[in-house]
Amino acid sequence: MNTFLSDLARFLSLQDANTRTVVLGACALGVACGVVGCLATLRRRALLGDAVAHAALPGVCAAFFIVQSRSFAALMLGALVFGALAAGLVALVRAWTRVREDAAIGIAIGSFFGLGVVWSGLISQRPQGAGAGLDGFIFGKAASMTRADVVAITAVAAACLGVVALLYKEFKALAFDEEFAAAQGWPTVALDLVVMALVCACTVAGLPAVGVVMVVALLVIPPAAARCWTDRLGVVLLLAGGIGLFAAAVGVGLSATLPAPRGALTRGWPTGPLIVLVAAAVFVLGAFFSPRRGVLAQARHRRAVEAPPP
Amino acid sequence: MNVFSLIDWWTLCIAALCAASCGMIGTFLVVRRLSLMGDAISHSVLPGLGAAFILTGTRSPAAMMAGALAAGVLTAALAAGVKRIGRLPYDAALGVVFTSLFAVGVLMVTWVAQSIDLDPGCVLYGLLELVSLDRVEVLGVSVPRALPWQAGLFAGNLLLIVLLFKELRIASFDPHLATALGFHAGAVQALVLTAVAATTVVSFEAVGSILVVALLVAPGATAQLLSDRLGRMVALAAGLGASAATLGYLGAVALNANIAGMIAVAAGAQFLLAAAFAPRYGVAARAFRHAALSLRIAREDVLGVLYRLGERGPTGAHAVLQHAQAVRAAGATWAARLACAQLRRRGLVEQRGDELALTPRGVDAARRIVRAHRLWESYLSQNLPLPLDHLHDPSERFEHFMPEDMREQLAAEIGDQPDPHGREIPPR
Repeated sequence: MNTFLSDLARFLSLQDANTRTVVLGACALGVACGVVGCLATLRRRALLGDAVAHAALPGVCAAFFIVQSRSFAALMLGALVFGALAAGLVALVRAWTRVREDAAIGIAIGSFFGLGVVWSGLISQRPQGAGAGLDGFIFGKAASMTRADVVAITAVAAACLGVVALLYKEFKALAFDEEFAAAQGWPTVALDLVVMALVCACTVAGLPAVGVVMVVALLVIPPAAARCWTDRLGVVLLLAGGIGLFAAAVGVGLSATLPAPRGALTRGWPTGPLIVLVAAAVFVLGAFFSPRRGVLAQARHRRAVEAPPP
Repeated sequence: MNVFSLIDWWTLCIAALCAASCGMIGTFLVVRRLSLMGDAISHSVLPGLGAAFILTGTRSPAAMMAGALAAGVLTAALAAGVKRIGRLPYDAALGVVFTSLFAVGVLMVTWVAQSIDLDPGCVLYGLLELVSLDRVEVLGVSVPRALPWQAGLFAGNLLLIVLLFKELRIASFDPHLATALGFHAGAVQALVLTAVAATTVVSFEAVGSILVVALLVAPGATAQLLSDRLGRMVALAAGLGASAATLGYLGAVALNANIAGMIAVAAGAQFLLAAAFAPRYGVAARAFRHAALSLRIAREDVLGVLYRLGERGPTGAHAVLQHAQAVRAAGATWAARLACAQLRRRGLVEQRGDELALTPRGVDAARRIVRAHRLWESYLSQNLPLPLDHLHDPSERFEHFMPEDMREQLAAEIGDQPDPHGREIPPR
């Protein structure tokens, strides 16, 4: 118990340079994913990030294959290119064939990841051995983020937030009334591509930090949680960003301070799942206790309606 | 080295059986737009396995199976609940549920890490390479342990689909009709999801989760591009799954690569091929139909222009049109240029120098077009209060799509009188 308290005090004072780095990176990611995830959910593309995240694996392999080194920037760029390719293929399949978007996303997840598995396996067979464990890149480890990673993540997050702030009016029209946006003369297809590009950027930035599944969670859960409280887009965006930030900070804090499981091989609990579970807890809280749309409020409302007049 | 000497037929057989089972049951996910259920269940199985291990303390197949099944069913139920309570699109609700359950699973595995060997690589990529080393005796024959499981899975899925085909079809396409007929579409749906969960779990150990995701969706979606009938789609999906497994396995052996990954790639490649070249719903077929229609419209426009020109001139004289003018009359596109060439080749139009003129056969064809045009103008002006200058444009579009019997029906209704602009409606 004593160590828990002293760990907590150490974490809260942010005296470790490493803790500061991890907290900053996770928080920047949480905010950006929360905000961008709202736009994706409103465009009914909540799980596009899932396809992008899985397509990152062959992208990483392609980058390694071309530059023959594990340079962080090159791997990220490869992941981004393949992520965009997967998102583009999903959009084309939807536009040109009768196959629905969900099926297209499912096929992209499986096939791109399969390609990545094949490619990373072939790379790691080669005698140099420098390519071994490339897939570790996309499974993420928040605790091992370096200063350079955090600078990159923060830059991507700031850029995404800037784009959303600049194009807020257009995105709002696109989300709720696409015909109106088109009638205004706005390029709806290009705006849609911008949303997809934002999803790609956030997903790829989050991969090395929290991994494939958890970055999808960061894109989906905070918007869902924010949606419980309000119907106004601006407020949803701010709330989702805030919930993402809160989940990231608390998740990293729990990971740094909770006592490790008995006999565990690693020190402490993994960060990504803790962040996701904090976000999920916020969602459950909102789903039950939100004053207007929560389950309890709805039940009370129903009782009031059904009650016989006095 | 001869590739065939490297083939392990047991492995190929297991992979094909598994792919066929996934393809069959996955078709029902694809038509119900629940494709991502496969992705979700294959992730949320992790806490099911973890919970089963923590509760029973063993890794017995029965316990693992029960835990994973429970997790699969829980995923579907929770997703429906989150969708309703959070008023979210279904995919977002599914995303909330499966990522949270996966996070719980990872924490469980961390908690019991010292006593359980759940290798993430094994879960994701499967162990198809080693599947035929682990043997059991069945009826005195030594077969891989996974074979009876996969055969049972295939038989079970087949039995479910054959016995309940009518109910499955109605529940997939018209849930309200199902209710009207007195059975519960939700129950049928739950049965399908349970079968998907069982398929996922049984296939998990042999082929890995990522391949299950690909095989549940890709063959079904490919079959959807090739057929409109559910029965044929299910059979096609089973066949496509098996062919992806075979192609992927051969490719993996040839390249010495991961088998499960290669099969997933093959399934995706089959889908892309079908999306591009499927006879009715492929991109190429649609583009071809579109081009053929553009050409026919351009041809008919050129014929119509030549016919009207002939009407204006002295009777019996040949109307001629500069080639460039004809191309412009039909929209000045590549289709218009090609259409002029086609008219010449089909003997409907003859070219002298730079001038085009209708042949006798061309006059017949052109008369039908102009007749359709003017009949429609007359019909519109008799039945709708439209000003005269609003009649041409709709008729210019509709003249290309008026079937013979409709033309004669209109002619009978309108009787023997000129069109609203005072021009004669050409005879048949």
